[in-house]
Amino acid sequence: MSEYNFAYLDEQTKRMIRRAILKGLAIPGYQVPFASREMPMPYGWGTGGVQVSAAILTPEDTFKVIDQGADDTTNAVSIRTFFERTAGVETTTATSDASVIQTRHRIPEKPLTEDQILVYQVPIPEPLRFLEPRESETRKMHSLEEYGLMHVKLYEDIARHGHIATSYGYPVKVEGRYVMDPSPIPKFDNPKLGDMPAIQLFGAGREQRIYALPPYTKVVSLDFEDHPFEASKADQVCGLCGASDSYLDEVIIDDAGGRLFCCSDTDYCTGRRALGHKGPAFPGSEAAA
Amino acid sequence: MYVAVKGGERAIESAHAWLAEERRGDKSVAELSIAQIREQLKLSVDRVMAEGSLYDPDLAALAIKQSRGDLIEAIFLIRAYRTTLPRFGVSEPMNTGAMECDRRISATFKDLPGGQVLGPTFDYTHRLLDFKLAADGEVPEAPTRDAALGDVPHVTEFLNQEGLIEEAPLDDTPPPDLTREPLEMPAERALRLQALTRADEGFTLGLAYSTQRGYGRNHAFVGELRIGTVAVEMDIPELGFTIEIGEITLTECETVNQFKGSKTEPPQFTRGYGLVFGQSERKAISMALVDRALRWEELGEDNVGAPAQDTEFVLYHADNIQATGFLEHIKLPHYVDFQSELELVRKLRREAGAGRYQEAAE
Repeated sequence: MSEYNFAYLDEQTKRMIRRAILKGLAIPGYQVPFASREMPMPYGWGTGGVQVSAAILTPEDTFKVIDQGADDTTNAVSIRTFFERTAGVETTTATSDASVIQTRHRIPEKPLTEDQILVYQVPIPEPLRFLEPRESETRKMHSLEEYGLMHVKLYEDIARHGHIATSYGYPVKVEGRYVMDPSPIPKFDNPKLGDMPAIQLFGAGREQRIYALPPYTKVVSLDFEDHPFEASKADQVCGLCGASDSYLDEVIIDDAGGRLFCCSDTDYCTGRRALGHKGPAFPGSEAAA
Repeated sequence: MYVAVKGGERAIESAHAWLAEERRGDKSVAELSIAQIREQLKLSVDRVMAEGSLYDPDLAALAIKQSRGDLIEAIFLIRAYRTTLPRFGVSEPMNTGAMECDRRISATFKDLPGGQVLGPTFDYTHRLLDFKLAADGEVPEAPTRDAALGDVPHVTEFLNQEGLIEEAPLDDTPPPDLTREPLEMPAERALRLQALTRADEGFTLGLAYSTQRGYGRNHAFVGELRIGTVAVEMDIPELGFTIEIGEITLTECETVNQFKGSKTEPPQFTRGYGLVFGQSERKAISMALVDRALRWEELGEDNVGAPAQDTEFVLYHADNIQATGFLEHIKLPHYVDFQSELELVRKLRREAGAGRYQEAAE
């Protein structure tokens, strides 16, 4: 694919995207409109993240792509292949070896460093969208810091269910100013958003928005004093590596509906198993019970 | 025992190979050529060019072949290709008054300067399957006549002379570019028209139809519908003058809409406008009706809450490439979100089982 520019996009487009990224970093949590391009993969399949990655990648970078925490899910494979072809960058599945990580729906378990950038694929960047469908209205609400509607929604959850019934894409407030959608990550990942040493960039291609969290930004999950935010996950350990601190996927393993819980972060799980950790799925392992 | 599935890469490659085989179909049947598609499936080609926003019949035909005839997929291929093209400049505004018309009809005047020219239309054909086409497909030559010379004036000009239709003053402001700037509200008419001309034909048709059935009715007459070729001219700075760089086929529809007047405007006819690449009448008429419906505010009409009056609703949902991408993305894995929802539903059910709701109800 040598007929395309490095990382597919032309330099003018990359410059336009970099400007949006810089603006986003300067105003953490603010959604910057940008002239999203039509990419050779469909809208809704990570075009925002792909454009952000294309704009920030350099030939020296090492690139990792995860979807649902895994490197080998089909769309992660497709995006990784795209950049292997168009940018010729080195790719990896090891979180610590990557300088740029593009992700859909997860934050890696291993803490990131100042030398890394995490790029999120965002389907609906507007945290107020399902409370108010009009973009002209929601932009006004953000500029006036008018977030009452969101608090009423959370309060109604508590009144109905006894707690806030949002399990992923849980809204956060950034540096005490903008309410932001963290993309559909499980709320288990929310505490990792704040004070992160790595740069976090969010790209929404179809909705034409970019936003960002600079390193060590204060990010607070919305809650009430008497109903504090609680990160949650399945009350199990990973069947493969025995980890009790990672987010778990539930896999159906037989016709009788037997279940196996295992790390959604495949690199984390593989790394632990390489160190000799074994989960209860292995007979005679430390955690088997 | 379950071992995490690897091999997404190999699965993708195999799926693509299978797709290529299916695309070709039975090898004992001759392969379609690009020229055959371009010449014999012209209206498909026209739709792909219009919604792909790229005028190139050969590329559109290739896209149709590659997409196995799935036109939205073909439009997607053209759009993705289009974004990689450099932008040399901007053409002069096209003069559709100088169109060499293959078809030109008015529903508002029985006869008019330039005449009524039916052209190659499905109208008045009886929709009976023609089994002769399945047998040989040879057609007798159509009768010909010399084309009328000179410009064909627009019908709305005649109404304009009497002051019966709203003025459409010349405006030299460069229009915004939807493909280079993010779409932001409120959207001016030039931007709305730009979005509508590349909008999904089915969506535009549905919206236009809804206005006819009363959801924001605006009483449209087809003042004029014309299809033909128009020269594209461009000012070349190095030359210092304007040259013709080619010609393209366009479909233009101007509707004349009844209007009883509002607080700000006198009773007069108003305009809706549709302009589409290729021969795409259904789309051009639909576009004109939706354009007119979206103009309620500038004409001082009431917003009756009809979908076709809602600029945000129309513009944010009219693009089939955006729509199909987002719709189909729900095929992608969502294990993580689903897992968190599983936990939540289990928790809610546990609590419900514990009698919380009963207590609350008592």
